[in-house]
Amino acid sequence: MRAAGIEAGYGRVQVLWGAGLDVREKESVVLLGANGAGKTTLLKVVVGLLPAWKGAVRLEPDDVTAWRTDKRVRRGMAYMSEIGVFPGLSIDENLRVGGQFIEKTALKRRMEELYAYFPDIAHRRGALAGSLSGGQRKMLGIAKALASSPRLLVMDEPSAGLSPLFVGQVIEVLSRFRESGLAMLIAEQNIAFLDLADRVFTLDGGRIRFEGSVAELEADDSLHRTYFGLA
Amino acid sequence: MPDTGAEARAKLVRRVILDTSIAAVVVIGMGVARGVYSNELMLFNFVMFLALAQGLNIIYGFTGYLPFGYVGFYGAGAYGFSLVVMHLHASALVGMAAAAVAALVLAVILLPLLRLSGAYFAIASMAAAQAVYEVVANPDLENITKGPYGVSLSDVFAPAFSYYIALAILAFTLLLVVWLRNSRFGMSLQAIRDDSVSAAMAGVSVVRGRTIAWLLSALVAGLVGGVFAWHISVFYPDTAFDLNISIFATVFLLFGGATTLCGPLLGVFILYGIYNVIGIAVPQYFEFTYGALIVLLVLFLPNGLVSLLTNRGIRVP
Repeated sequence: MRAAGIEAGYGRVQVLWGAGLDVREKESVVLLGANGAGKTTLLKVVVGLLPAWKGAVRLEPDDVTAWRTDKRVRRGMAYMSEIGVFPGLSIDENLRVGGQFIEKTALKRRMEELYAYFPDIAHRRGALAGSLSGGQRKMLGIAKALASSPRLLVMDEPSAGLSPLFVGQVIEVLSRFRESGLAMLIAEQNIAFLDLADRVFTLDGGRIRFEGSVAELEADDSLHRTYFGLA
Repeated sequence: MPDTGAEARAKLVRRVILDTSIAAVVVIGMGVARGVYSNELMLFNFVMFLALAQGLNIIYGFTGYLPFGYVGFYGAGAYGFSLVVMHLHASALVGMAAAAVAALVLAVILLPLLRLSGAYFAIASMAAAQAVYEVVANPDLENITKGPYGVSLSDVFAPAFSYYIALAILAFTLLLVVWLRNSRFGMSLQAIRDDSVSAAMAGVSVVRGRTIAWLLSALVAGLVGGVFAWHISVFYPDTAFDLNISIFATVFLLFGGATTLCGPLLGVFILYGIYNVIGIAVPQYFEFTYGALIVLLVLFLPNGLVSLLTNRGIRVP
């Protein structure tokens, strides 16, 4: 996936000023940025929830800039927002909706694979998603996003609202999917997610300020102070 | 123990059988009732509201849109039927097809309303129904719609046959709801209702889902409107576009509980039953009793009667 020269915003308020990033096959990319930096806006443009005023989004080999979200999802992109689940549906139904456009037998097989990854929710398949704890909902949100066997998983602050214990569990689960070859784009403020990163982008004021490895990020004094809070 | 795939499939089959059996009991029961109870008009109204409450359930229960102007489709159906029968001298069954087409055409014209939400959608749909009423009731259109003077369809008057057609429409509507409750498409609609953005991100086509639910809901109201015109055979525009029809269907649906099959059925049987008992026996207490019931429901059971069970984790058909 490659987003280049993205300008976008809400109404007359421009949030992104020529931002761009790319995620290669089987690569895990973390997008760091403070509140208001434009991370969610950039992800929304990538998945098609917000139109780009300028710039282009490609999901190789296609230019998907003008595509609707559901069409991008069908081409292999999955997105997990902070909410992530449908509270009025059961766990099983959430997964079925997540993989609703893939063939029935394939979906059934995929659901069993996912239940093996997430034993906590596997035991409560008939329970309403609204009755789950915050951590379980996050796990269900990830499982739902993965139900369609995407090539690229895009996540907006998967650590939001979670205790450090659950953040650790989320990172552990995601690292297993990373090892299986799933490409990921994770927008975060929590630097614990850098453990998952092959490459890092930082976003500030709607512009990409840095692109490189975690080691390069740590070596930059200014960025080190900003994101690691140390001199 | 976790459910296995086979158990989940067996559970789904049991759910469908139970839901279909409930639908069959209601339809057969209303058919038998005609043979043992003489007030056919009251029974017909029961059938009509059972179908309308379920039709409203399709759009509100499954997508979260509450159209106060639902009666607009009902009126369009009634006049679609009447115009074809009056001017083309078509048979009543052709008239029913025209009723369906009229409601669907109106629904397509009103599709942009789905861009609105909440109270704005509710009020806009009511305004649209009122606009259709004003057109139909326009005295200048007397040659076409008979204006405010009403239509008479004595040529096709057939109370028994039309009653059974109303039952067929009820059966169709109940089966639609059974399908929505047990199908992938119905699940997608509920996902859209819960969070349309997340649904789109799961690959659900939100626009397509809402459009289909809107058209199905309008189709039900149009068919009910058509069979009303057929059964009653003489009526006026303010009868066919009476806002009370929308209000009654909405109250029945909310009283019983949306998204379920049984909720709207309970709502109609209980509230319309009370309406017919108290409203006729002691009409001076009717509005007070009715109002008090609704206030109590909103205060203590905002999700309807069925929430007494669903809040305890019990699945209600």
